[in-house]
Formats: sequence, structure tokens, C-alpha cells
Amino acid sequence: MKIGVLVNEGPYTHEASDSAYNFTKAALEKGHEIYRVFFYHDGVNNSTRLTEPPRDDRNIVNRWSELSKQYSLDLVVCIAAAQRRGIMDENEAKRQGKDANNLAEGFRISGLGQLVEAGIQSDRLVTFGD
Amino acid sequence: MLHIVNKSPYERNSLESCLRMASKGSAVLLIEDGVYGATKGGSFEGKIQAAMADVKVYVLGPDLSARGMADRVLDGVSVVDYGGFVDLVAEHSNCQSWL
Repeated sequence: MKIGVLVNEGPYTHEASDSAYNFTKAALEKGHEIYRVFFYHDGVNNSTRLTEPPRDDRNIVNRWSELSKQYSLDLVVCIAAAQRRGIMDENEAKRQGKDANNLAEGFRISGLGQLVEAGIQSDRLVTFGD
Repeated sequence: MLHIVNKSPYERNSLESCLRMASKGSAVLLIEDGVYGATKGGSFEGKIQAAMADVKVYVLGPDLSARGMADRVLDGVSVVDYGGFVDLVAEHSNCQSWL
């Protein structure tokens, strides 16, 4: 089955980012296809590679990157939500005249149309948030 | 329809709204702080028990254990793991997160 996942809450806030990750991982392990994970609102903070939690804590950002690598998972970050929160890839940083970029490996920045498409193409869309 | 509730009924009214709107035969999955809605001894116990006449209630085991509530689950509530969560999503034709 094709499943889309929407993450609306930032990491280390309540539990939505953890729930979304554990759900996505379990679905992939069961052989389902995750059509896309879309990060919206504060959820875009899941994608900054500058995250550095204490060593005994889980690294939510790296965990997504690793899962993406293992399963060729499509991790999409909403561009408008990302720009508001200082999340950008190399191209976007250049375009905005910034001196740095911080998008983690495995993520890509795109528009809200990607969420709509995930909703249309997936058999189910599961939302995680606050 | 699968309803997913992630906040405690002692914090927000999302579970109460969900139970009011859920049609007979649908399923309600309690995750994160929502698991408190499936525990014994609170003032919400009567409401969830009354709702169980019409809807099937599930609770996410790892989130119960994380809160030390694994031995306080109400009778009639089914405990599932993340794999069970995925199965519930697959088994129902659509799902609604009560955020």
C-alpha cells in the first residue's frame, strides 16, 4: 500500500516527529511504500543538519537521513515554512544571498504542491503534529 | 474510519470531540499523551467505556510503557505496537488525526 506522511511539529517538542519516524519505519519494514514524507510548519525543523543533541539522546534529523538512504525515501520540506525558519539548501542560500546552508542529507526543498500530490497519489495520508 | 488522538483528555478535548463525531463501527487509536485516555482510575474512564459500545479503542503500547501506564489499561482496549498502528491504517479506508 502507498502511504503518505505529513509532519507538522518540530523535533524535540512533544512526540510527533518520533511517532512519524517510528510509523514510517514500521510501514517500510512491513513492505508498504512510503510515497513521501512532507514536513510542514515547525516540522521543517526536522531537516537542519546543524542539529546536535546530547550524545545520549536520539538524533532525529540523522535518523530521517539514514532511513532515506536505506529506503530511498522522499523527504520533502515546505519551502515557505523553511524560509521562515532559516532552513535552506545550497541553491536557496545562494538565491537569498545567505552565507550558509543547512539542509540535511536526504531532504529536498519544494512547494506545497508536493503535499497535495502525495495526498492524491497515496492510498492513505497520515498526519502527525501538535 | 480510523481516528488517531495524540493528546490526553485531561489536557485537551480532542478525544471527547472525536468520540462525539466517530460513527458506529469506527476505530480510535490513542498515541502519545492520548494513551492516558485508555487508563483506569481517571475521570475520563466512564466516557471511554461508554464509547466502547460503538467504537473499537486501540492504544499504542510503546507510548503506554514510556509513561509507566502499561499495567493500567482499561479492559476492552487493545494494545498495539507500531506495526499494529500501520495495520490499522491499512485496514481502514481512511484516517483522521485529531490535532
